[in-house]
Amino acid sequence: MTIDFQKFDKSITPELHKKLLLELLKIRMSEEATVAHHEEQLMKCPVHYSIGQEAIAVGVNANLNKDDWIFGTHRYHSHYLAKGGNLKKMIAEFYLKDTGCNRGLGGSQHLADFDAGVMGGAPIVGANISFAAGAALAFQMQKEKRVAVAFFGDGSTQAGSFHETLNFASLKKLPVVFVCENNSYAVQTYTPSTNVNPDIYKFAKSYLMPGILVDGNNVLEVYKQTKKATKRAREGQGPTLIEARTYRWVEHCGPFDDCQFGFRPKKKLKEWQKKCPVKNYEKYLLSQKIVTKTEVQKMKQELKKEIDEAFDFAKKSPLPNLTKKDLLNLVY
Amino acid sequence: MRKLTYAEAIAEATIQALQKNPKTYVMGLGVDDPKGIFNTTRPAFEKFGAKRVFDMPIAENSMTGVAIGSALAGMHPLMVHARCDFLYVCMDQIVNQAAKWHFTYAGQTSIPLTIRAIIGRGWGQGVHHSQSSQAMFAHSPGIKVLMPATAYDAKGLLLAAMEDQSPTLIIEHRRLFDLEDEVPKKYYTIPIGKASIIQKGSDLTIVSDSIMTREALIVASHLEKHKISTEVIDLRTIKPLDTQTIIKSVKKTGRVIIADTGWKSFGVTAEIAALIAENIPDKLKGLVQRIATLDTPTPASYKLEELFYPNAIDVALAAKKLFPNKKINLKNIPKTVENKNFTGPF
Repeated sequence: MTIDFQKFDKSITPELHKKLLLELLKIRMSEEATVAHHEEQLMKCPVHYSIGQEAIAVGVNANLNKDDWIFGTHRYHSHYLAKGGNLKKMIAEFYLKDTGCNRGLGGSQHLADFDAGVMGGAPIVGANISFAAGAALAFQMQKEKRVAVAFFGDGSTQAGSFHETLNFASLKKLPVVFVCENNSYAVQTYTPSTNVNPDIYKFAKSYLMPGILVDGNNVLEVYKQTKKATKRAREGQGPTLIEARTYRWVEHCGPFDDCQFGFRPKKKLKEWQKKCPVKNYEKYLLSQKIVTKTEVQKMKQELKKEIDEAFDFAKKSPLPNLTKKDLLNLVY
Repeated sequence: MRKLTYAEAIAEATIQALQKNPKTYVMGLGVDDPKGIFNTTRPAFEKFGAKRVFDMPIAENSMTGVAIGSALAGMHPLMVHARCDFLYVCMDQIVNQAAKWHFTYAGQTSIPLTIRAIIGRGWGQGVHHSQSSQAMFAHSPGIKVLMPATAYDAKGLLLAAMEDQSPTLIIEHRRLFDLEDEVPKKYYTIPIGKASIIQKGSDLTIVSDSIMTREALIVASHLEKHKISTEVIDLRTIKPLDTQTIIKSVKKTGRVIIADTGWKSFGVTAEIAALIAENIPDKLKGLVQRIATLDTPTPASYKLEELFYPNAIDVALAAKKLFPNKKINLKNIPKTVENKNFTGPF
């Protein structure tokens, strides 16, 4: 398995290449740092990692403006960061601190950075898809050229809300892009075993809208197809479904390998790891002389500093200092 | 002052809400069809057109999600269901998503969403067209639940809900739709969370909602002949409950009948009974009386409906228990508040 970056590398500036690499590295390194901090047992909430799936968040978000909105699920770290969400606040939320993006009220499954257009994550499978269509409806009603993006997994496409929402979005030509991160697993269930039709992008045809299949580990392919989809949306031509195939490197929830349970073959994991979206892109840029080894070193050093500071900030931050009355006052 | 029916008041409020805030819209199954939800949404459709009042696919759960997404992005949707029963299709979006959003994100954003739903009754509505869902949704933190009993309140509460930034559910009663009342033409709101003391009294408190308030008033009038002075409190808002008004009244009278349209167990009457037991049990001169429907799904046959639904006579029987020394006769109590114009089927 190799990633064909060359095919999609037309009219992409060096600046954009570097930005994409930086985003990929930022997510990978933050996730790996979170894994390393796991043993402290201080991030007491369910953490769902995006390791191995970074190119999708990066490729899509590179097409979005600040006032475009994204809607994600419980597996939302990569999208949060790629959209410009605050790293310190994200890590502090993992530690359930008062300085977290939701003051410790949401935890990792409900990340949000409203200023950056990262709308709240929803771990009920399928729920967020309709929010994105709803935001798109509002953009259309208010005559704004903004776009909403729904990020969800392959499991979500089994939920009624996926189908219900695609029907409505296509009917009204809403400015929304539906991005399915197909990593073939819903927790431990191999989704083609519960989906009569494993080709998710084909559902789009039933709803009279384009369905595009992309290599989810090719940040340039994701970028290019999303560019087309967002253009369609902004021009009032309606939604697109993008199915981006990828693979989850660690377990559904938590930082460990889950191959020993037998549901995910070790051989398959190793194949996908060879197809790493981050390392392969770095190699490609180096081979094309778009970046130098020194530049990449510098990126990594600065990222490490930023990430270490974020963990430091989180650990030093106070826990939420709310009373029962404060909690009750937050209900409405 | 001119009079409007409950349905006309809702229609007028809908138009005024759409006039006041250009970012509102009405969405629901058949809101724009010739019947327009018992003519409560059709007038708005005729005035504002399909851009602001529109039909939707029969996908109530996802369409609630769409309403939520649009509310986050600056709109204030008014979603309409012809029956409360359909709300259960939207449980995830209402209870898991809308209700919890403000809290989960530490109050950073709100979901100004208003949902209207109607309690059906009679003419064989049956198990799926007659439920009263106030308790189900009041139980979940994050949803405001309103129940207008008069045309005046129907307009005022809807306009209040359309200004409110929280997810709000308005539960109307189908059999009140033809009930007339004096309704001001102007725009006005009724405070959410405040019950209405429709009638002051000193011997007995009846706390009720929706159509049961009409039953309560019938009984209060009858009890007056027996020299019993009844204070009738119409809840208007189920959640947040006006606990102060309830406690103050029961403290004064010492006798209480709670009458709700929902099931007896685990509902509104249970909540208020608990409230009284927790706060002023020593003030009670008799046991708390609860009037609600039988704890069964709604039977369709009109003969069986009589077993299921409580009416004014049941409320009067409860009053008898509270005044054992008075000879209260049950003759001549009007059957129930019924709009004779209702000839079915929906």
